[in-house]
Amino acid sequence: MIGLGHYLVVAGGLFAIGLFGALAKRNAIAILMGIELMLNAVNLNFIAFNRFLAPAQVVGHVFAVCVIVVAAAEVAVGLAIVLGIYRRHLSTDVEHFDWLKW
Amino acid sequence: MLHHFAAVAVFLLAGLAVGIAALAVAWVVRPKRPTLLKLSTYECGLPTQGPTWVQFKSGYFLFALLFLVFDVETVFLYPWAVKFKALGLFAFLEMVVFIGILLLGWWYAWKEGAFEWK
Amino acid sequence: MSGFTLQGILANVYETGAFWLLSLVALGAALAVVGLKNIVHSAFSLVLSFVAMAGLFMLLEADFLAMVQLLVYAGAISILLVFAIMLTRRPEGKMQESNPFGRYALPAGLVAFFLFLAIAALVLRVSWVSGPGVPAASTVGPLAEAFLTTYVVPLEVAAILLLVALVGAIMLAGGGKR
Repeated sequence: MIGLGHYLVVAGGLFAIGLFGALAKRNAIAILMGIELMLNAVNLNFIAFNRFLAPAQVVGHVFAVCVIVVAAAEVAVGLAIVLGIYRRHLSTDVEHFDWLKW
Repeated sequence: MLHHFAAVAVFLLAGLAVGIAALAVAWVVRPKRPTLLKLSTYECGLPTQGPTWVQFKSGYFLFALLFLVFDVETVFLYPWAVKFKALGLFAFLEMVVFIGILLLGWWYAWKEGAFEWK
Repeated sequence: MSGFTLQGILANVYETGAFWLLSLVALGAALAVVGLKNIVHSAFSLVLSFVAMAGLFMLLEADFLAMVQLLVYAGAISILLVFAIMLTRRPEGKMQESNPFGRYALPAGLVAFFLFLAIAALVLRVSWVSGPGVPAASTVGPLAEAFLTTYVVPLEVAAILLLVALVGAIMLAGGGKR
């Protein structure tokens, strides 16, 4: 029988993979993909908790929809920033984005 | 509820199997005698020019952006439409405010020329 | 749950099998997103991972959210990502090497691995209990009632957030006219 623990471990694995992608990649778009994976893992957590701890309610689903809205806004603005930087410096490599330090 | 979606799973698996079977059968029975001309990229009979990975106009990004934002809006509109009669006038006014806020963004996108195809 | 009838046992077997299959696809595709060298391939694996996760949502009886996952993540967000990839390609940039690891790949891998071990250890130490009640046959109706009665303010805040994101993204991406 599949319980809450199974889903939480899978979500934890997805979150860890997303974190690795966000920390280890050099392409800014790949970093945003990692963040999307992390947000998705969080959604899976919300829905799993909702299903097993309070099945008659939809509070977890409301949270998940809010996370989806935030993820959409985040990816829209994030990619616009990447495009803006690319237009000026012809690069999407975050290791070139270091004008704020010297 | 789950057994309603079991049909979806069966359909997906069957579709996958058909695709794989067609490719596998073709791979088994086809003759393989490649020549330089056969291996070249087909582009309407003309020789290909330049690299395949070209840069696209940044105007496309705005279309995708508008699609994303109004796609997320439908997530809220759909449950409201399903329960429209049960929820009544207050919910209707809430959704008018919701759509009004997003129409502001739509007006701004129009003003900035995001809908123009150049 | 549904007793020891043959159908109950079969349903259980199907659910368990579907869970493991979907989890493996989601995790494997997520690993491919991180590991592949070509960023277009990464984007397509991301779509596969999202679709498998929609299947997991379905197993958790969240039918509306599974559809939202397909519509928003697998439909819109991945399209935006692919468009951004198409728009940020220099002519001399090689697609095969478009998604390299950075300098801190090894420490990042260690951090992520130990985070996963910590999460898994914590989760497996707790004996989870199930709450009372049965899930609704369809979550669309309850969600509509929740959003339009209890969670009105989050709904309007979501609209404002989307408005701000739209305006900000259009400005940052350079607008259409300029």
